[in-house]
Amino acid sequence: MSPKALTPLLNVTDLHKSFGTNKVLRGIDFSVRSGEVLALIGPSGSGKTTALRCLNGLESPDSGVVSFAGGPEVAFQPGLPAKKAQVLRDRSAMVFQGHHLFPHLTVLQNVTIGPLQVQRRPREEVMARANELLERVGLEQKSSDYPSSLSGGQQQRVGIVRALMLQPDLLLFDEPTSALDPELVGEVLSVIKELAQEGWSMVLVTHELAFARDVADTVVFMDDGVVVEHGPAAQVLGNPTHERTKAFMQRLLHPF
Amino acid sequence: MDSLWQLALDSLWPMVSGALTATIPLAIISFALGLAVALMVALMRISTNKVVSGIARGYISIIRGTPLLVQLFVIFYGLPSVGITIDPWPSAIIAFTLNVGGYAAEIIRAAILSVPGGQWEAGYTIGMSKTRTLYKLILPQAARVAIPPLSNTFISLVKDTSLASMILVTEMFRRAQEIAATTYEFMLLYMEAAAIYWVICLVLSAVQDRMESRLEKYVA
Ligand SMILES: Nc1ncnc2c1ncn2[C@@H]1O[C@H](COP(=O)(O)OP(=O)(O)OP(=O)(O)O)[C@@H](O)[C@H]1O
Ligand SMILES: [Mg+2]
Repeated sequence: MSPKALTPLLNVTDLHKSFGTNKVLRGIDFSVRSGEVLALIGPSGSGKTTALRCLNGLESPDSGVVSFAGGPEVAFQPGLPAKKAQVLRDRSAMVFQGHHLFPHLTVLQNVTIGPLQVQRRPREEVMARANELLERVGLEQKSSDYPSSLSGGQQQRVGIVRALMLQPDLLLFDEPTSALDPELVGEVLSVIKELAQEGWSMVLVTHELAFARDVADTVVFMDDGVVVEHGPAAQVLGNPTHERTKAFMQRLLHPF
Repeated sequence: MDSLWQLALDSLWPMVSGALTATIPLAIISFALGLAVALMVALMRISTNKVVSGIARGYISIIRGTPLLVQLFVIFYGLPSVGITIDPWPSAIIAFTLNVGGYAAEIIRAAILSVPGGQWEAGYTIGMSKTRTLYKLILPQAARVAIPPLSNTFISLVKDTSLASMILVTEMFRRAQEIAATTYEFMLLYMEAAAIYWVICLVLSAVQDRMESRLEKYVA
């Protein structure tokens, strides 16, 4: 694994979130260093997606702090206007499980609308970057097609380019391959792996333990709204110390 | 028999010109204004603010729950008794606009809600505000869902403009009534008016069909 810088990038402190009486996050803490790939794993319903969405201001936790080195820092509290959390999107970009591409826009428009219309970057620079990234993920031929004419794996790669185009410091992936047919998983994972090797910082929610072991520097295992185990990938995945982590991996490795 | 044909021919142009100068402009203007009202009401109706959505709900309920003819009469014959007098044309436009606003609001609301929630979130994550997400991402997608039922609303409106004859707007049907009143050929003239409405609607339906098949191509 490449040597990583030790500069802190993101600090998450004591996130709490309830949906009604359902306490989904019960005090989540973790941090991400610059260039680090952090895999967030855990059983279904443990709160991984919710935690990830908090980092992008898509979910408002009841309390807790999400803080990027050099800002912004958002201290959540009930009634905090949604606008206050929007600033987190200056630093992070999200790749959704179901890609959520814009069906009425072409591939090129999908990946450039944010930089052009929101960030107001120069058109030439944006177009050049878009073409470069689309080529990188093997989709330069598809730039004027509509998303519906692409395969699931291609759509997800466009989703990744759309996130990259925002020039975030942190990429957030929520199970980027779990909605895909098995034969399409590899093409998406290999793009993510390349990005990891290039030094992109990312938080990756995944059920692909082999992939996590391959690309992640650290692994956070969540269960029932708390972080049960947090450590180097090889240790958490290869030699977990907590019973709940062990049990979870047993179930994933031997489902039958 | 010859004189009947002659009358039909002679009255054709006055009626067609009534359609061109009144029926169709009235429908187009009211529809355009009505869509703007409808979009506003639809957004109010979706609002999480209970008062705002309650007002929209009440408006829609009143418009849909009362006859268009009564709405026209209230505006043209009713308002003067509280000191507000509005000419026939503006009265008709106001009534039709409010009417379209009520019906189209429900269509637009349903179309907006039919766009998956993930599209809003995708807009937010690329840095867009709620308003910008609505206009740039949600409404263009909602339009595809809304256009077929909205075209039906427009076709109904074209026919409904005949009610404006009741408040002295000289649109096509009023021309038919005027000619019939002097010639006593009611059957002929009303059938002729019906035929002209029918032709207009046939044309509009054809346009609608083409638009829908183009939309389908775009979506698939
Ligand atoms: N918008 C919401 N409203 C109500 N409950 C929610 C909402 N989003 C998530 N939940 C609940 O929060 C809990 C955690 O959900 P979350 O999606 O974060 O889990 P997860 O770890 O990502 O699970 P999975 O592996 O299945 O994706 C679940 O019980 C879920 O039902
Ligand atoms: Mg999830």
